[in-house]
Amino acid sequence: MELFLYVALFSPLVGSLFAALFTAKPKTIITGIIPSTLLVVSFLSSSVLLGHVLSTGESVHVELMTWISTGHLHIPFGFVVDQVSVTMMMVVTIVSSVVHVYAIGYMDHDKGFNRFFAWLSAFVFSMLILVMSDNYAGLFIGWEGVGLCSWGLIGFWFHKESASWAANEAFIMNRIADLGMLIGIFLVYWNTGTLQYDGAFEAFKTLDNSTLTMIGIFLFIGAMGKSAQFPLHTWLADAMEGPTPVSALIHAATMVTAGVYLVVRSNELYSLIPDVGLFIASLGTFVAMFAASMALVNRDIKRVIAYSTLSQLGYMFAAAGLGAYWVALFHLMAHAFFKALLFLGAGNVMHAMDSELDPFKMGGLGKVMKGSMIMMTLASVALAGLFPLAGFFSKDVILEAAFAEHHFIIYTVLLLTAGLTAFYSFRIIALIFHGEERYKLFGFHPHEAYKFMLVAMSPLLILAVIAGAFRTTFFSMVEEILSATEYHIHSHVTFWMMTIGTQLFVILAIAYAYKKYMSRDIKLPDGTSDMENSFKYKLLINQYYIPYFYENYLVKPYRGLSKVFWKEIDQKVVDASVDGIAKVIYTTGDTTRAMQSGNLSTMLKWMVTGIVVLLSLAVVFGLAARHSDGLRVVLSGLGV
Amino acid sequence: MEIGLNHYLVLSAILFAIGLIGVMRRKNLLMLFFATEILLNSVNISFAAISHYYGDLTGQMFAFFVIAIAASEVAVGLGLLIVWHKSHNNIDLEQMSTMRG
Repeated sequence: MELFLYVALFSPLVGSLFAALFTAKPKTIITGIIPSTLLVVSFLSSSVLLGHVLSTGESVHVELMTWISTGHLHIPFGFVVDQVSVTMMMVVTIVSSVVHVYAIGYMDHDKGFNRFFAWLSAFVFSMLILVMSDNYAGLFIGWEGVGLCSWGLIGFWFHKESASWAANEAFIMNRIADLGMLIGIFLVYWNTGTLQYDGAFEAFKTLDNSTLTMIGIFLFIGAMGKSAQFPLHTWLADAMEGPTPVSALIHAATMVTAGVYLVVRSNELYSLIPDVGLFIASLGTFVAMFAASMALVNRDIKRVIAYSTLSQLGYMFAAAGLGAYWVALFHLMAHAFFKALLFLGAGNVMHAMDSELDPFKMGGLGKVMKGSMIMMTLASVALAGLFPLAGFFSKDVILEAAFAEHHFIIYTVLLLTAGLTAFYSFRIIALIFHGEERYKLFGFHPHEAYKFMLVAMSPLLILAVIAGAFRTTFFSMVEEILSATEYHIHSHVTFWMMTIGTQLFVILAIAYAYKKYMSRDIKLPDGTSDMENSFKYKLLINQYYIPYFYENYLVKPYRGLSKVFWKEIDQKVVDASVDGIAKVIYTTGDTTRAMQSGNLSTMLKWMVTGIVVLLSLAVVFGLAARHSDGLRVVLSGLGV
Repeated sequence: MEIGLNHYLVLSAILFAIGLIGVMRRKNLLMLFFATEILLNSVNISFAAISHYYGDLTGQMFAFFVIAIAASEVAVGLGLLIVWHKSHNNIDLEQMSTMRG
């Protein structure tokens, strides 16, 4: 089994390095094919491992080598494949294989084709390190690795000002959160003396509550950054500047779920501190609603899907915070499939529309892009949580968990959010694929994507449809290590009322979206309608003015402060003192070089002067040392 | 008047001062060598006198070493001087300033 583990882990690295060899060369199709093949290999190895874990219930634990060993600190490069990490591995390898194959078509005309695959495979490798590591240090390496690759891929079209800005924003925001995470990891080490999950979890049981709370909070700050939770959420929507396959893989299916993974992985910590758990659940619920509301009005299809990702991450945190770790992980998995599918569908639409993203300029595309339409519609149905697609099973359990735990506020908010989710998903579906063919006004000539891209997407489609069927298997698998609570609503009547009520609510929301956005008189919004001038709309389209607030009240003062520090402190103190030392040496050298006249008598005179000076100093110091007591009296008399 | 250690030391100091001034003031290379000989020998006087004063032969031994080194120094120095004189036709210190900084 170790062999499969290494193959699963390292084949993306090999693919990445292979593609990296060709980054300076013009596009060659082979740099797309080899990494994709290696990812499929990685996927197959992960499947073997999944089979092993499923059939035997044992985890595979290997130690590749010692990484750091100093004093009492011992950190190996250790990897563990247990029920949680194998789930993540399956999600990561399936979605990334699909996205790699898809990207061969999507990036077809791009100059950076080879570079793209180098980054993308490197990302998968980092993500696998993150999920497979058996200690917090390894997790952190993967954590930073995915952050770096995300930076490289958001800013893939770095010649675009907005893309490089978004890449930096994502990177810097993640660094802020990573500081919290690092502090959390240090606290774990200080209090338990180890960073291995097993040892640390064992030691947590003996620690007092306040220490655990600190650790829990700081680790969660790291998770908040990576999973773009409020108030560090703004980078995710801006990250849509990257190529669409990147959005599908990194900013929907895998990297952003790393925060959820961290909480699920540290479940033994969080189940000891239910107060922090409740905070996580409340924040998740808030973000679910908050992000969904911003998705309602946005006029950029990728951003709508990004907000929906944010909202679904909120759901996952709500579940994890309430102690329903397996539910969070299950929703993570289901979400990865349908959200990646949705993004890839959006990629097809963008391709067809020459990178146009405003759904109001589309309309009626269903006639020319039947395949994409079916896929996106099904993905949206799954996202909305309609029976019997994946989203129904995972999202419904989150609602049940909230209800069964008697957190009725969380339940209500999440229920309302489910309605909003259905509405905004079908708003863009209706605007893109149905109604009048508005694109003709703008002179677009849409065409369906390559066949093999659609074929590549089909595994995700199948999984998005059937993933719900795995629920029981999944539950019995992860209950070995996650606190496994089946959430049962006590009375059958309540249960059916809730389920059917939720379904009806969602269906109504979908119907309303279709009715509103398929009508013939949808026009390109031009800022004149009443709705667009209303306060609510302005608040939402400007993302609650949070980016504006950050720009004006954090970034600008910080920049001003930096300028002051640069001009006043750096230039006038630090630079000045360093330059001063250099200047003193230069001037002394310049003035004293006249001594080197080359005239022997002059030099001899200087030599004699030197001897005299040294001798007199020796005499002075000798006398001073001999009469030190007397001198001290004199000096103290002078008040020195 | 008994001639004591102090007299020798004073003589040595006077000779050292003369030698030092000679080293600084002379412009003729040959004269410079003479001045250094005076310096070295003033030190030899001190060595011998102090050695005698303490009844310890080490100082006198040292004086012999100094004489040997002074002799070899002059031998090398005079050789160089002759070569310089052959090529430049003078032994004036003012002219030897090629190592200007």
